[in-house]
Amino acid sequence: MTTVTMTVNGKTVSGEIEERTLLVHFLRETLKLTGTHIGCDTSQCGACVVHVDDKAVKSCTMFAVQAQGRKVTTIEGLAEQGALHPVQSAFREHHGLQCGFCTPGMIMTAVDMISRGAATDRASIRRELEGNICRCTGYHNIVSAIEAAAKEMGA
Amino acid sequence: MITYPFSYQRAASLADAEALLGANPDAKLLAGGQTLIPTMKQRLANPPLLIDISGLAELSGVRREGERLVLGAALTHAQVAQSTEVRTLIPALAELASHIGDPAVRHLGTLGGSVANNDPAADYPAAVLGLNATLITTRREIPADKFFTGMFETALESDEILRAIAFPIPRRAAYAKFANPASRYAMVGVFVAQTTQGVRVAVTGAAPCVRRITDMEKALEASFDSESIAHIQIAADGLNEDLHGSAQYRAHLVTVMAKRAVTAALA
Ligand SMILES: Cc1cc2nc3c(=O)[nH]c(=O)nc-3n(C[C@H](O)[C@H](O)[C@H](O)COP(=O)(O)OP(=O)(O)OC[C@H]3O[C@@H](n4cnc5c(N)ncnc54)[C@H](O)[C@@H]3O)c2cc1C
Repeated sequence: MTTVTMTVNGKTVSGEIEERTLLVHFLRETLKLTGTHIGCDTSQCGACVVHVDDKAVKSCTMFAVQAQGRKVTTIEGLAEQGALHPVQSAFREHHGLQCGFCTPGMIMTAVDMISRGAATDRASIRRELEGNICRCTGYHNIVSAIEAAAKEMGA
Repeated sequence: MITYPFSYQRAASLADAEALLGANPDAKLLAGGQTLIPTMKQRLANPPLLIDISGLAELSGVRREGERLVLGAALTHAQVAQSTEVRTLIPALAELASHIGDPAVRHLGTLGGSVANNDPAADYPAAVLGLNATLITTRREIPADKFFTGMFETALESDEILRAIAFPIPRRAAYAKFANPASRYAMVGVFVAQTTQGVRVAVTGAAPCVRRITDMEKALEASFDSESIAHIQIAADGLNEDLHGSAQYRAHLVTVMAKRAVTAALA
């Protein structure tokens, strides 16, 4: 067992955990932040994407101890004072989801790609989404939502 | 909990990592974790200790040394893809890095981890062999031709750490990959480089280990254009065969991707 401390969505949090605890399990089970999902066990689906030091990573492919002392943002940390983040609003506006399971990871990936200036056109958005799998939408409206959000955020 | 239990230590320096590895023969280095963690989650690996070397200053950075570019082993794929020096001096390498996996994998996965792992379908080994790079370890310098020894096997000793890779700056080079649509790993990837020492052609994905295609190298020495290798077909014997493609299919793809790489190098 070991103690980890990190900043999650602006708050300093600690936990007594086994070293083998994945970051996603620390978020979901220790911190009860269940917005981050687990959709596969092969690191491929992207439902678990969060930001560590402002970069999108798969929280199922990182141990919580690796995030010691770092800044983590999850889907719960995007809305500010009850106002949805522009990417969240765009997914709502453009019907960028059906069952919603992949949505937290899609949104965290979208925020990351927009902040890197990589959401320049529909083809680039699709390429940037290679690590996020959706089984319902056929991606069309997800791409539309990200395109609209990127425009609104001036990226 | 998915992996077997283990203990974890963040190395304070390269010397610290070496000492820990020397004292714990079954320990594993943890760089980006983008291969090791999936393997541990499948319970295919059971290291008692993980030594985290990610972010060690001694393993980072890009620097030019005369006619070669030296890249630290802990550089992430995203850092290599974005590096101004790499993009200017060896654009084929930056391009290759920008097509590994997906953005989240590229934010964590490292050059050293990919090369030390030597997955038969990994991209970087093709660039290391194709550019005739030198692998700089905590003990010695190893030429690319002596480094990749077999499937998931390299010349690295169990307590040896890859520090950096020195890539000669080529006159022209390109990498063409036919990506597996699900994983983005190479079904077949061909790296072609024209240097002052001659032409090199390295293929990944096709066989159990990255390898050169000397027939193509000779043909391209004589005339560096895609038509000069169009008739060269490698034998399907011993090539990888799985649900994604037969050995014959991969053999065919080698010629197709090699031609595309030559065309891209000339563009
Ligand atoms: C969804 C997904 C898609 C992917 N797609 C691709 C792809 O398209 N192409 C591709 O090439 N790869 C792909 N990868 C693999 C990825 O590139 C990995 O980052 C890489 O193979 C391993 O690097 P790492 O830093 O994550 O190493 P780790 O997983 O941390 O380590 C891998 C191995 O290397 C050893 N090691 C690490 N650093 C060193 C060092 N400096 N010296 C000695 N040994 C060391 C470790 O002990 C371990 O045995 C993919 C991975 C995932 C999860």
